Amino acid sequence: MRKLLFYVPLALFLTLVLFLLSGLFSDPMERESATTNKALPAFSLPDLMNPAQQWQPGQLQGETFLLNVWGTWCPTCNAELSYMTELKQQGVKIVGLYYLLPVDPLLGERFDLAELQADVNNKLQQHGNPYQFNILDAQRSLALDLGVSGAPETFIIDSNGIVRAHHIGDINPQVWRNKLAPLYQQWRAQDGAMP
Amino acid sequence: MIKLSVFVTLLLLALPLAATEEVLTFENETQRQLYLQLTAELRCPQCQNQNIADSNAIVSVDMRQKSYELIMQGSSRDEVLEYMINRYGNFVHYLPPLNRYTLLLWLAPLLLLLGLIGLQVKRRNAQGAEPLAEEQLASEQPASLDAELDKLIDQYRSKK
Repeated sequence: MRKLLFYVPLALFLTLVLFLLSGLFSDPMERESATTNKALPAFSLPDLMNPAQQWQPGQLQGETFLLNVWGTWCPTCNAELSYMTELKQQGVKIVGLYYLLPVDPLLGERFDLAELQADVNNKLQQHGNPYQFNILDAQRSLALDLGVSGAPETFIIDSNGIVRAHHIGDINPQVWRNKLAPLYQQWRAQDGAMP
Repeated sequence: MIKLSVFVTLLLLALPLAATEEVLTFENETQRQLYLQLTAELRCPQCQNQNIADSNAIVSVDMRQKSYELIMQGSSRDEVLEYMINRYGNFVHYLPPLNRYTLLLWLAPLLLLLGLIGLQVKRRNAQGAEPLAEEQLASEQPASLDAELDKLIDQYRSKK
């Protein structure tokens, strides 16, 4: 018994080492999404380029697509535009959800749609335009309902309007190959099937 | 002197500006307390280990705003928490629920306490049983130590 007790500190130490070692290789940003496998939340938001057009969840059904949360103010979002443009050329449908920064009137800021449109067009010309269209979430209400914690984030929405995947961070060849492509293809294959 | 007074006046002018940041009005003290409590125990999903009251990440600003709206609409604490957890998961609340994923988290302090008590009881028992043996040792030790010392001295001398 005394001999066994002798090994207790060593055992405790090794447990601590294992625990800390696993912490070294874990991703602190990784967390389970609360909004996957649920229907898209209800919304009615204008098109970024054509504000007269209102988008609602029903209009987005019929085909599996990527919903990409982005903004021109976000460098990582700009960096993923060119790769997503390649994906678009391969036939992947990508819809943008424009994540507008809060406008603070106290700091003399004001929202100017024409300015934003020019900024967006400029960025898309520079890096490529992967989007079918962009939905403008000026109050970030849909983003909040989807559990968006920042930009960029990407959702896979199936043909019945159910959120099937929630990716936090950018889309690059590695992420696409290892994580998103298999899911996208899985749900794409079921397009047209009844729920 | 004039320069200084202009400078001081400018500084004084800046004071009320800082104070206008995010002034929220509540209908009663309970609502205000609830808001303060909720923003302290809701966790920012974007940052590492900050509550939404502390954080100025966009998502925290939005969550504060939403909490405020919900409270003003008469939502209770649980309803606001449920609203946020439905969107951001249990991660977002600093008081995680008891389920199979968090079982160890909740039980760990209790297990540690029980372990320590067990260890202490074991030591007490061992101490109760040991004094005899220790007394024996105590009486034996001086003699054996003396003998050992003599032996060492002998060895040392013979080498010399």
